[in-house]
Amino acid sequence: MTPRRQDAMLHVDRRAFLTMGATSLFGVLASWRHGVAQDSLAGSGPAGKVPDPASAGRAMSVTTAADTDAAYQAIEKQLKCSCGCGLDIYTCRTTDFNCTYSPGLHRQVVALAEEGKTAQQIIDAFVAQYGQQVLMAPPRRGFNLVGYLLPSLAVLVAAGFLIVTLRRWTRAAAVEAAAAPPVPRGSVDASPAELERLRRELERLPN
Amino acid sequence: MTLLGHLSLWLAFLVGLWGAVTGFAGGLQGRTDLQRSARHAVFAMFGALALASICLETAIFRHDFNVEYVAAYTSRNLPTFYLWSALYAGQKGSLLFWATVLSLFAALAQLLTSGRHRAYLPFVAAVTCVVATFFVSVMLFAANPFERLAFTPVDGRGMNPQLQNPGMVFHPPMLYLGYISITIPFAFAIAALLSKKLEVDWLVAVRKWTLVSWLFLAVGLLIGMWWAYVELGWGGYWAWDPVENAALLPWLVMTAFLHSVMIQEKRGMLKKWNLALVIGAWLLSIFGTFLTRSGVIASVHSFTQSPVGYFFLVFLVVAGVATSWLYASRLPLLEADAKLESMVSREASFLFNNLLFIGLAFSVLWGTLYPILSEWVQGTKVTVGPPFFNLVNIPLGLALLALTGIGPLIAWRRASLPNLQRQFAVPAVTGLFVLLILLVAGMRELGALMAIGLGGFVTATVIQEFGRGASARHRQYGEPLPLAVLRLVGRNRRRYGGYIVHMGIVLLFIAFSGMAFKTETQATLRPGESATLRSPYGHVYTFTHLGISQYDALNRRVTAALVDVSRDGKLVGRLKTEKRQHVDALGRNTFEPSTEVGIRSGLREDLYVVLGGLVNGTEQAVYRFTINPLVWWVWFGGYVLVAGGLIVLWPGGGPPAVRRTQAGYAVKLESKA
Repeated sequence: MTPRRQDAMLHVDRRAFLTMGATSLFGVLASWRHGVAQDSLAGSGPAGKVPDPASAGRAMSVTTAADTDAAYQAIEKQLKCSCGCGLDIYTCRTTDFNCTYSPGLHRQVVALAEEGKTAQQIIDAFVAQYGQQVLMAPPRRGFNLVGYLLPSLAVLVAAGFLIVTLRRWTRAAAVEAAAAPPVPRGSVDASPAELERLRRELERLPN
Repeated sequence: MTLLGHLSLWLAFLVGLWGAVTGFAGGLQGRTDLQRSARHAVFAMFGALALASICLETAIFRHDFNVEYVAAYTSRNLPTFYLWSALYAGQKGSLLFWATVLSLFAALAQLLTSGRHRAYLPFVAAVTCVVATFFVSVMLFAANPFERLAFTPVDGRGMNPQLQNPGMVFHPPMLYLGYISITIPFAFAIAALLSKKLEVDWLVAVRKWTLVSWLFLAVGLLIGMWWAYVELGWGGYWAWDPVENAALLPWLVMTAFLHSVMIQEKRGMLKKWNLALVIGAWLLSIFGTFLTRSGVIASVHSFTQSPVGYFFLVFLVVAGVATSWLYASRLPLLEADAKLESMVSREASFLFNNLLFIGLAFSVLWGTLYPILSEWVQGTKVTVGPPFFNLVNIPLGLALLALTGIGPLIAWRRASLPNLQRQFAVPAVTGLFVLLILLVAGMRELGALMAIGLGGFVTATVIQEFGRGASARHRQYGEPLPLAVLRLVGRNRRRYGGYIVHMGIVLLFIAFSGMAFKTETQATLRPGESATLRSPYGHVYTFTHLGISQYDALNRRVTAALVDVSRDGKLVGRLKTEKRQHVDALGRNTFEPSTEVGIRSGLREDLYVVLGGLVNGTEQAVYRFTINPLVWWVWFGGYVLVAGGLIVLWPGGGPPAVRRTQAGYAVKLESKA
């Protein structure tokens, strides 16, 4: 009989086979960890040209301190970008890198701040130029107070109405219970204590 | 195929009209021949609309760019996966998808409704036919998906890159399924009103449908949040966009209904309210569709402006007036069977829960429509963005979270003081203990403190309920505790599935509070240069720019940036973020370059890296690095919520509560006392 090929490969005992397997596995894991660590670049290298810059989106300029300034971010988060995205200037310029509006609006905020204007003055300047809709939320005055307060007031009024209604219902239930004909004695074969126990047990039943 | 598709639409339109007329007439006159005909019309309409969908999908797969819809939303090199989703990627196709799924649900409602509820079915057939026929008429008269062009382009425009994401394949249909399936409970509600069979029967018939609808809406919202997070690149998942709000509104109303329906089942109360909630949820689903398709309010989701919006507005007004009239005419028949006995009872807590859900829904609706109102009253256009919604809605949301814990602890009918003490002691102490730990740890964000403290309280209520139930089984049947927990859930899926949903909500609220601690920075890096960012937990992350590579993929040119990430000096992984310039089969650019975010997700925080662009076409890259705490828990909380919903929905698991009510233990106990 011609020996099959796999028969020829089974000249390894089980212990040796398992040892080889375990060694290989550890080897792979060790080389993987080593490989990840080695791939990191040390130091800064030259920034070479990429083959197709156009497909990488709009060309960006180097980030400045003003781009990450928390004070400017706080102002820009209150002002809406005019590109139609519905986002604030800060979120738009750091999210939609194709937007051509938000970088200009950001520069406008920085320019106004460098003129010495306060945050409120910058916001007022934007409102004067673009109208009230440039604000991410309506100013809390005049009719807009209705906008802010109505939902909470409506819930409070409805809660008051609900409490009054519930009181009326519970009183009506009490009156009905009092007016109900008395249960003839002897129809219930249980003491009040037993009934209370039954009520407690029923409360524990799955609802 | 397009001719066949167009003819199928006309057939569906005519059959739908027939089904509506015969359904109403058959139901009102009690004529079985007409009732049978209406039922058959529903099946025929599904057949015609399924055929129309197959025709459009065939045109998409054949790249028949002479069809305007195919040319507008697909291209030859669009991956097959997205050719499927192209069916609902645009206005016209999504209308066809909507009508087809609605007709499928209508047919399933006819087939799956048990014999006990047969009396409702002719009216259900009529209502579903009216709604589906409306959608078909919109296609026939304003947005025909089979419209042909005067010429045949060599290639199509392709799909918006932001829609080429697995999330977008599942998010719209899930939301549509949620929206659409609300029509079935609505149809049963109208059937109950028309047939004057307003007892608890119609609620039993629609219980599963309302849950299905609620679950689909929840899954749709969660996948939408996930998509916004991984695809849009702004590092958040909820922006209070009008269309997001429009999807949230019916979900909130359905959630209120799923709670209040228990009071009607157990006590025969709130009949008017429950009907109003189902009708309101459906009207809100149509309102949401109107918002998305009319362009009346600026939104990132809006379809191209078209006359379709007017169709929806007219339909909304007509349906609103007709249902309100019908509802008002039946009010005398909707008197409660029982009276509320105590202010401190499960019933009362559910009423306050409903108040908050509807209050929250009103608040979201109010904020969404406020720009229109402001322009009308003040003549001034205003923007209502996240600052407004957060200010107005967060307190209501936290109050709801508190009620999530309070409700299950209060007994039905009347809670005694010892009962309240026994129930509240452990959860209240747990909530206060969590709050104390957070304060000692230095947390000072009020919203986060409240959310996590209340989360501790609600979690304790859920554990207490499971613990008591399981130990009762352990004592009574001698079951080991893990088995007792499993059997407890299995035997009373509705109650314990509901508690699991509550846990999902807790996890979501805690995860939402994590966004208060988000940190981010922007940096321009040459290869080898690093930027650092401190996480809210005090770790310092270092992001090292490795370099840029460019390559072609199936339908895009990719600019990929690699970043090594170290935490406190120890390498933890590598992230890739991309710019993608999509091209058609001829290599022409189709859309502006889009961004693919690099995300490393962990239990504590997500690292979120966005490639902004390149400086002067070199490997010098502009990045935004963000640390988003607890985002993983949003998705996990979503899984828990959906798992809980599925447990509730799963068939079997003990007798429905209504049978216990009919057995009337409460009445018997009353007579004894």
